[in-house]
Formats: sequence, C-alpha cells, structure tokens
Amino acid sequence: MEKQMICIVCPIGCHIEVKKVEDQVVVTGNQCNRGAVYGKEELIAPKRVLPTTVKFEGGLHERLPVKTSAPVLKSLLFELMAYLNKITVKGPVKMGDVVVKNILDTGVDMIATRDM
Amino acid sequence: MYDIIVIGGGPAGLAAAIEAKKQGIEKILLLERDEELGGILQQCIHNGFGLHVFKEELTGPEYAQRFMNTFHDLNIAYALNTMVMEITPEKEVHIVNDQGYQILKAKAIILAMGCRERTRGAIAIPGKRPSGILTAGTAQRYLNIEGYMVGKEVMILGSGDIGLIMARRMTLEGAHVKGVCELMPHSNGLTRNIVQCLDDFDIPLQLSTTIVDILGEERLTGVVTAQVDEHYNIIKGTEKEISCDTLLLSIGLIPENELSKKAEILLDSKTKGPIVNEQLQTSQEGIFACGNVVHVHDLVDYVTEEAENAGRAAAHYLKDIKKSKKPIEIKPETGVVYTVPQHLDYISDQVKILFRVNSVFKHHQIVIKSDDQILKTIKKNHMAPGEMMHIYLKREELEACESKLSISIGEL
Repeated sequence: MEKQMICIVCPIGCHIEVKKVEDQVVVTGNQCNRGAVYGKEELIAPKRVLPTTVKFEGGLHERLPVKTSAPVLKSLLFELMAYLNKITVKGPVKMGDVVVKNILDTGVDMIATRDM
Repeated sequence: MYDIIVIGGGPAGLAAAIEAKKQGIEKILLLERDEELGGILQQCIHNGFGLHVFKEELTGPEYAQRFMNTFHDLNIAYALNTMVMEITPEKEVHIVNDQGYQILKAKAIILAMGCRERTRGAIAIPGKRPSGILTAGTAQRYLNIEGYMVGKEVMILGSGDIGLIMARRMTLEGAHVKGVCELMPHSNGLTRNIVQCLDDFDIPLQLSTTIVDILGEERLTGVVTAQVDEHYNIIKGTEKEISCDTLLLSIGLIPENELSKKAEILLDSKTKGPIVNEQLQTSQEGIFACGNVVHVHDLVDYVTEEAENAGRAAAHYLKDIKKSKKPIEIKPETGVVYTVPQHLDYISDQVKILFRVNSVFKHHQIVIKSDDQILKTIKKNHMAPGEMMHIYLKREELEACESKLSISIGEL
C-alpha cells in the first residue's frame, strides 16, 4: 500500500508519501510529527464527518441539516446518504437532537445541526 | 431614536449586536432582509466552522445557532423580512417591511450586510444563455435549504471554497461532477477543501484553465474549456468540449455596499468595502462596518472577531471616547494587496492589522516600516493569497510613527 497525499494539518500543505512496509507505516515528506500521524490515519482508515440534509416536516424549511455525531469511515459515505434519502424527520427539533440512532450500526448517531 | 442599528443578521451582525449589548448599550435594533437570522451560514451545512472561536469543529447552522441563542438570551430587538432601502450620513435608516415604509434614527450604525457572489456577467463568459448556469452559492441554497437538486452532470468554474464544497455536496447527492476549472495557476480554496472535497472523490482540478464557450439552447448541454498562458490569454488548440447540464460559478465574492455608497462612505478600490480605522469606523463618524461587507474573510471565526470589535467600538463611541491622535495611514506595498484597517485614529495597547498577499511566498518576511524606517520584520515560512495574514503592533511600536505605516513582503 502506498499513497501520495497533501497533509491538511496546517496551511503549509506538505506533499507527503505514505507507505506500508511490512507492518510499519512510513511517512516521508512531512515537516513535523503531526503530519506523520495524519498520514498514517489517512492510509489505514480515513474517516470523515458527514454533514447533509434530510426531508423535514413541520418547520420553516423542507430540509433539516444533520451530521454524524463523530467521523465515520469514508468508504461508508454513499451508503449513509442512500439511507438518509429515505427518511423524513418531523419537527420541532433542537440542535443536537438525535434524528437517527446508531445509523447502519456504525455506533454513530445522526444529529440535527439547528433548531427548526 | 435607537442607540445602535445593526444592518444584517448574519454572523457579523449577530456578534456586533451581542457585543454592543454586553457593553451596556440598551436600545439596539438589528434588521434582516431574510425570513430568519443566521445569514449564509444556514446554507453552509458542511463542517469546519468555529475552530478558533469555540475550539471545536461545527457546521454553519450550528455556528449560527450558538450566536442566535445568545442573541435571544440577551433580548436584543430585531426585525425580519425587512429591507433597508437607504442610509443617510445623518444616520437615518429607511426600511420597508409589512408595516410599510419607515425612517428610523440611530446614534450609531453598524454595517454588516456581507457580500454577494460574482456572476457570469462579471467575467463575461461568451456563448449561449441557457438555463443551468448558476453561482455555487445559489445552488447551495437550492440544495441545502429548498431541497432541489440543480443538475446531474456538473462542471464548476473557479476553485473558491464554495465551489469546492459544492463539488463534494453535489457528488454525495448523486451528481457527477466532471471537473473544476481554475484560471489561476493555483487554487484559491483552502488546502483542506481541495483534499476533502476534490481528492476524496477523484474530481479533477484543472489549473490555468477557463471556460471559453457555453453550449445549449434551452438547457445547458456543454461547455468548452481551454488552457491559458501566464498572461491569462487562451492557448489556441487546447479547446475541449465537455458535456454537462449544469455549470456552477465560484469566481469570487464582492462586499455588498450599495447602502454604504448612499451614506457617502468612502470605499477602498481593492477590498471593495468601506475604508475603516482600527475601530472599524468608516469615513462617516458613528457608522461602523464589520465582516464580509468590509473585506472578504477566509473564516467566519475572523468575521466574529472583527464584528465584536465593531460592536465594542460603537459602544465606546456612544460613551463619547474620542480620537486620541492624528491619523496614521497604512500603505500596502510590494507583495501586499490591501490592509484592514486602512488607517489608525486611536492608539490602543495593541492593534491587529489584517492583510492579503498577491502571490505565494515561501521563506519570506513581512516588513513593517514606520515613516520609511524599518519598524520590524517577521519571518514567515508560508504565505498565500487565499490565506489572510495578520500582524500585531504594540503601543510602544506605534508611538514613534508620525503619519505613515507600510507593510510589504521582502526576501530573507
């Protein structure tokens, strides 16, 4: 496994190369240790917070903005989107309310990101 | 008669009103033309806001909600669905809403109208005029608030942050984003957005490339891209036709200053916003400005900080704290496009000066001169046009300065 990437920990944006050599992940091109940590995570299991919207009834708008309560595996993003496209949330909701508990068994909830 | 009227209920207006209230000002009124508070943050459903102000990563609506909650807790008066038609130098505010046309008076005004997107007309893209061409922010509103998908096969012109964010958003919602064209040889967006919005989804970014023709009669059917040389002239023979039904434009933001002009406020030709001093006071005494109406910020966190300063300054103005010194002009020189503030009227213990550089500088220094004498230099490993820079100057450093400060970028 080997990947070229741009480190996004700080604005310098080092072009780093992350390689898996036997059981060790080796990061080169980074100017600091934070870049090494970032590179390792990105190679092994990149995770992202997913912000999106769901259909909403009983409020000012037709859509309610939501997000995952923690980062989820990048590879699951489209599956989560497909699931969320089928649900409807009814108002009123407060920011932080859970709208889907433990979505697709990820251990992560979908939460509302505003009052509506 | 109001003490302060704040124009605009986005992040700048909210933070300015909250801070003025905390400073003990009672009669504040905030005016907002939309049907809710929060401004453009409400459609920016992505995360990445608040790392400086709250030390955590929030979405746009969450960032807005926190300020709205504080605003409501402080019982600050506001009016929604209210359009400001005119502001006069005498600080009269003409408004229209369902109550009719009214003229309100204030002792101080804080301008927080934000900015708007440049459109196709601003860059004069030739070709047909079919539907399917919209600014990235308009598409963002349709998709995230109204719930309409604006297209299936998408090209994006301009690599500003909104364009990058929309590339990811449209992809997640099932569209095929075919590419992002950028006229400049570098992206104007934040690196993290290039990585998380384009690289994550294998969306190509074509630098030194622009759109030279628009195809389609009723609906957009395609665009023609071409590469440009170092003078931004189109290189003949590099034209490529790309089929698409939607073109999103992310080609820059312009501070929205029609009201400032009516109030006869002087504008800076570079920032397109009011010329302000370190108190964010415009050329009209008692009229302050903050946020993207002054200059386009990279992060909402910086808007909040500036707006709090404006709110505090307006409160101090009402408490009759006077100017302390003859003005010091701040000149942007080699490598620097503009500074905010543009001049200093007061001397406080410390002033923060924001500025933008005109190209990427690696291992250079910021040179601050006072009346042509070098006051200090600051070494920087990395500076880029997309990242607003700042310096702090202390009272001791400024006291020697007679009339002119300059900021430039020099070699080490």
